[in-house]
Amino acid sequence: MGRQGMTDLRITPLHGLHVELGGKMVPFTGYDMPVQFPAGIMAEHTHTRTKAGLFDVSHMGQVILGGAPVEQIAAAFEALVPMNVLGLGEGRQRYGLFLNETGGILDDLMFANRGDHLFVVVNAACKEADVARMRAALEPAISVTYIEDRALLALQGPAAEAVLSSLNPAAADMRFMDVATLTLNGAECWVSRSGYTGEDGYEISVPADAAVDLARTLLAHGDVMPIGLGARDSLRLEAGLCLYGHDIDTNTLPAEAGLIWAIQKARRTGGERAGGFPGADAVLAQIDAGAERKRVGLRPEGRAPMREGVEIYAGTEGGEVIGRITSGGFGPTVGGPVAMGYVPSDLSAPGTVVYGELRGKRLPLTVTKLPFVAAGFKR
Amino acid sequence: MKYTEEHEWLLEEGDLMVVGITAHAAEQLGDVVFVELPEAGTTVTKDEEIVVIESVKAASDILAPLDGEIVEVNPALEDNPGLVNEDATGAAWFFKMRVSDAAPLADYMDETAYNAFIG
Repeated sequence: MGRQGMTDLRITPLHGLHVELGGKMVPFTGYDMPVQFPAGIMAEHTHTRTKAGLFDVSHMGQVILGGAPVEQIAAAFEALVPMNVLGLGEGRQRYGLFLNETGGILDDLMFANRGDHLFVVVNAACKEADVARMRAALEPAISVTYIEDRALLALQGPAAEAVLSSLNPAAADMRFMDVATLTLNGAECWVSRSGYTGEDGYEISVPADAAVDLARTLLAHGDVMPIGLGARDSLRLEAGLCLYGHDIDTNTLPAEAGLIWAIQKARRTGGERAGGFPGADAVLAQIDAGAERKRVGLRPEGRAPMREGVEIYAGTEGGEVIGRITSGGFGPTVGGPVAMGYVPSDLSAPGTVVYGELRGKRLPLTVTKLPFVAAGFKR
Repeated sequence: MKYTEEHEWLLEEGDLMVVGITAHAAEQLGDVVFVELPEAGTTVTKDEEIVVIESVKAASDILAPLDGEIVEVNPALEDNPGLVNEDATGAAWFFKMRVSDAAPLADYMDETAYNAFIG
């Protein structure tokens, strides 16, 4: 990816298109990225929930693990993540976690079995460290290739299937978390039926030199609108999905973060390949004993958003801080403020009322089942 | 109409001063989702934070432009904060105040100066 002028921010292959489309550009994890387009965050959010939105997520890291039989790669990757990688069939993708030696979350990721290799997508802010971690653990038996010549687009929303099928009908045959190589607009694309908005949709790895043409072709469809980082954040928050560095970080373990579902039974206590990943003792102990605190959905009463950092109390006066909001804002589809944060497990049942302190006033927060907006995945 | 460097507008209406934020400020904030106004009857001091405005992006404070007393606040903003994006200099006025010290008004910008200020 290139660098832009004097600001030293990196740019993605779609940067010129963002500027042309009127994107309001901001620095984000070292990249100059659009936070919104002229339609604005609210309209972009709603459009993605009702039709389809096109996102540039090329700042994320794309990595190929290859150079050995895929079973060998999968077995080696299981030493890095607490997921059942060996059980992941060809053409399928899973959510994963990198953990440190005490079980803290170093990054969250997606990994796919693409027949003769694993394809891994990691967060932009963590990608250098993730690549170094994989190299140290896997090379030389397995090759770790950081892909710098491909862009990554996400097409999300209920119209995504119809739009992508108009470029290649095989897109409609994929189900949630399938991966496939599809020719789109003449370019070889690595497509997964997934995303991070809670909507049905696709993530598309496309050669950098074909990315703008593909984006223009998708945007030419009447149902597709370009979407910036602002709406990406409100969409994933309503979908109850974690933002790394905010809802999860090295101080959170998978169980308290509500991510036990991501650790398949084969890797848990009593499973056929239990443990054997960084932090396994602490991670499995917390799964087995239950966490003392939990990440929950929180709905502030009224219209005032409660954002990251707001302190949570059990009562309206006095007492200790019992937790903190880790993501919060206005949910356009919910039509009101939504948040996520950590509370003690005995206060984590849906319907429990706790209090967030906003500008010196304690305001009610109701613990709410996640996601705030039902997922539209095609399972 | 007069303008502050904090992107507020002030308009004299009889013996009261009507205050809101400029269309430029509303555009910078993005979609406004919540406005917290002071209560009528509150005495305010210039530069005191008296309004909280939350957009989809962030929270911002609005300062009292002059010393005085808040006489009336705009009830429409409670149910429809998005009015700030639709009609910042009209229907989305924030409050009306009875000014006790109008002297700083002389330092505030006219429209030409404000337009130059926001470039």
